[in-house]
Amino acid sequence: MRKHRPTIRDHSAEANLFARRAFVGFVFVTLLIGVLLSNLYNIQVIDHQDYQTRSNDNRIKVIPIAPNRGLIYDRNGVLLAENKPVYNLEVIPEDVDDLDKALTAVQQIIDISEQQKADFLDDIKHNRRFKSQVLKSRLNETEVAKFSVNQHKFPGFSIEARLARYYPYGDTLTHALGYVAKLNKKELTKLEAEDQATNYRATHDIGKLGIEKYYEELLHGMVGSQRVEVNNRGRVIRTLSLTPPEPGHDLVLTLDIGLQQIAQHALKDMRGAVVVLDAKDGGVLALYSNPSYDPNLFVHGISSKDYKELLNPDRPLINRTTQGRYAPASTVKPHMAILALEEGLVTEQTQIWDPGFFQIPNVEHKWRDWRRWGHGHVDVYKAIEESCDTYFYDVAYRLGITKISDFMTQFGFGELSGIDIHEETTAIMPSKEWKEARFRESWWRGDTISVGIGQGYWTATPMQIANATNILVNRGLDHPPHLVQVAKKENEVTQINNEEKPPVVLKNPHHWQIALDAMHNTVHKVTGTAHKAFKGATYDPAGKTGTAQVVSIAQGERYDAKSLKERQRDNAIYIGFAPYNDPQIVVSVVVENTGGGSTVGAPIARQLMDYYFSANPIQTAQSDAP
Amino acid sequence: MIPLNKKRSIWQRLHLDLPLLIALMAMMVASLAIVYSASGQDSAMMVRHATRMFGAVLGMFILAQFSPNTLKSMVIPLYCVGLLMLVGVLLFGVSSKGAQRWLDLGVTRFQPSELMKIAVPMMVAWYIGRNHLPPRVIHLIIGFAIVMVPTVLIKEQPDLGTSILIASSGIFVLFLSGLSWRLIGFFSATIALAAWPFWHYGMHDYQRQRVLTFLDPESDPLGSGYHIIQSKIAIGSGGIEGKGWLQGTQSQLEFLPERHTDFIFSVLSEEFGLFGVCLLLCMYLFIIGRGLYIAVNAQDAFGKLLAGALTLTFFVYVFVNIGMVSGLLPVVGVPLPLISYGGTSMVTLMAGFGIIMSIATDKRMLLK
Repeated sequence: MRKHRPTIRDHSAEANLFARRAFVGFVFVTLLIGVLLSNLYNIQVIDHQDYQTRSNDNRIKVIPIAPNRGLIYDRNGVLLAENKPVYNLEVIPEDVDDLDKALTAVQQIIDISEQQKADFLDDIKHNRRFKSQVLKSRLNETEVAKFSVNQHKFPGFSIEARLARYYPYGDTLTHALGYVAKLNKKELTKLEAEDQATNYRATHDIGKLGIEKYYEELLHGMVGSQRVEVNNRGRVIRTLSLTPPEPGHDLVLTLDIGLQQIAQHALKDMRGAVVVLDAKDGGVLALYSNPSYDPNLFVHGISSKDYKELLNPDRPLINRTTQGRYAPASTVKPHMAILALEEGLVTEQTQIWDPGFFQIPNVEHKWRDWRRWGHGHVDVYKAIEESCDTYFYDVAYRLGITKISDFMTQFGFGELSGIDIHEETTAIMPSKEWKEARFRESWWRGDTISVGIGQGYWTATPMQIANATNILVNRGLDHPPHLVQVAKKENEVTQINNEEKPPVVLKNPHHWQIALDAMHNTVHKVTGTAHKAFKGATYDPAGKTGTAQVVSIAQGERYDAKSLKERQRDNAIYIGFAPYNDPQIVVSVVVENTGGGSTVGAPIARQLMDYYFSANPIQTAQSDAP
Repeated sequence: MIPLNKKRSIWQRLHLDLPLLIALMAMMVASLAIVYSASGQDSAMMVRHATRMFGAVLGMFILAQFSPNTLKSMVIPLYCVGLLMLVGVLLFGVSSKGAQRWLDLGVTRFQPSELMKIAVPMMVAWYIGRNHLPPRVIHLIIGFAIVMVPTVLIKEQPDLGTSILIASSGIFVLFLSGLSWRLIGFFSATIALAAWPFWHYGMHDYQRQRVLTFLDPESDPLGSGYHIIQSKIAIGSGGIEGKGWLQGTQSQLEFLPERHTDFIFSVLSEEFGLFGVCLLLCMYLFIIGRGLYIAVNAQDAFGKLLAGALTLTFFVYVFVNIGMVSGLLPVVGVPLPLISYGGTSMVTLMAGFGIIMSIATDKRMLLK
């Protein structure tokens, strides 16, 4: 710095100094603008493509659209499962100024429980604030109206409609139709593994049981999509393109809702199952398991209280028609008779003496007949008509378990019937191998005796019993039972379930006739076990009763229903078909712990047949029966 | 130099500099168009914006009528009142968005830091200009103190953007006054060394966070990096020609934050592309060039220093704002001058241009 500063300011020197500095400043400014520009050039020209893509990713969203689930109809076109709009009160938290205040105000208008409020607050904590959350689901009409009037007071709140499954017949069809409910994580993982996750992007519910589950793929349809432009809050500004969803197939069942209602009505409050098959093609006309429950409870998530109530000892959740294991009892006697005839152990004329019990030679143990004093001289007809046990003890003893097991397996015992619902058990057709595997014990000759009358280790589901009867009345032709007839989509109709299994072939086809005649007599002869129940029927029925022991009765003791606990009393069973000369329907009825195949089982079958033939009168009136 | 015999033009009599005025008016028209787009075509907002512009132009016109000598006489009271109000803000101020920047005067709210944007360069220019140029060390130290006291007060509000603007306006005066290059080098080195303790003790967490996300915006794409990422997407997707007026998806669909205020440059870049950006920068360069030209031709040291400092500070607005939205600088709240929506900064800027015009036309009066 200068030591001697002039006292008079050198204005031109100062001006020059300033001009130099201003010039430096301007150069500096120009340089920095150059820096800005080169950076902007990089962003706008060099990296333009990248940013262009990200800009499009920002604004264009693909919104999946759920397909409408296919409807389900009964064989006469009655709607059994439909899609109804439900209204949910939803909230976008971001758009609400004061959530607490707004919630309190909404509670003045619509009843919202503290639980619902807590669930909602929990939901918004775990989701982005612009995502809509359900505050209350399934508003009724009054609530929708009440809220709509006040809508303007609640920005961010809205009523959203979507389609949800509804089952108009409630508990009448639960075990056949099953139900849909909210897709869960496990199902989602499975869908991902099957490469189906995209198809379910917009779907809320999935089939959980019954037909809804079995035919999920057909019923669901294909997801659609909508390319939309959205703003930063995800609100749709406009639609750019639309691929409409493809609705699922409608299903037409073989079920007859009228018959189904009769079955429910006939069983009243008894635990049991009814299966009615179309003898011509194996179509299931009725499939009812009692007690039942309302499937609509599950569609929107069942409350834990309601669910607990379903876990009662009557086990309504079990589908007794396909999961109930019952001793088939005397209903297998016609089959057993055919086997004995085929094997030449008996002929049409062979008679045995029934003293009221059967004994293996040199063995003390007595296998008792249901009639303590016996049936006297018994041939194959009488054995079936009067359901003589001793005759079949003897036959079974002589056949041996392997022949019985092999033959009965051809009628579907011990195997899945192939019915188109997943809830099914094979039950047990005992054999030597089975006992080895199950109990690590060899088969005793004595084990075979009770198998002869459908007891012992032998269990079957009502569906298996009906199916075995159906094969019998069709003289060996096997039409596997099924619930769905056709799938429809617009005008395209697809036949499903028309496959046949290989028939059961007899060496002498006349043996079919013997068994069927005996079943005819069971209903028509005064001594027949089902005679009383079918008195005065306008069609020509045939059948076979059965009464199955639930617990074994000790030697020398009598069965006394009153002294036994309710759950230990006998099961009533009945199989029947009609008309005798040209069977149209096959019925199997099982009622738990009521005893009396002829007093409880047969009258239920009568009601079903009466209804069926009044609704479907026999065209060509011809009957061999008197 | 203007010939003495030439008749004074109408613009000189009105104390207006025509080239600068035309450039400013052009910027305001552009501002209206861009704010209209950025606000989502909100006409009510347009009316408010136009009204404020009118007020700002009026303020400029009034200030232009004061001669630099009159301005000089107002320097000390203005600076002292401003300083008092800054203290008042810290003690009794009204908070908004986490910062205490406003004084509630009953009728209206007032931001004293805006006053200081004018008062500080005036005060320093007056103080340095009283003495010979280049200034002596003692004058430099006092001049520096005049700058730093309000700067620190404003940084405490906290308002980093404004404190940077005020500090630079004062420092520009010192630079233009002929501060020796050796001292400039020394101060630069000191600042570089001071940056480390400042980073640790002088900044608020949110400011530090902004700097960190500025360095790597993608590290927090939904949090604090969101603004920068969305802004760069808007700028980059604009390309060379832009998407067209009102057609910018980033801004129209509200992905861009603070669209009509701090991030309005991104809207402009998206809709008008690199072409529009160049045009805007040319306009700024012209305004700055004109301001410096006026400063060089100013009659006395006060006028030169003040006009020069105000002009260069105007550039700081431009650089910090564009640097911020394009990812060169951290996010600090500085509007794009003359374009961003918002009355306060518009009024302050136009007041500055009023003073520049007063200086521009004063020379001619003295020469008469």
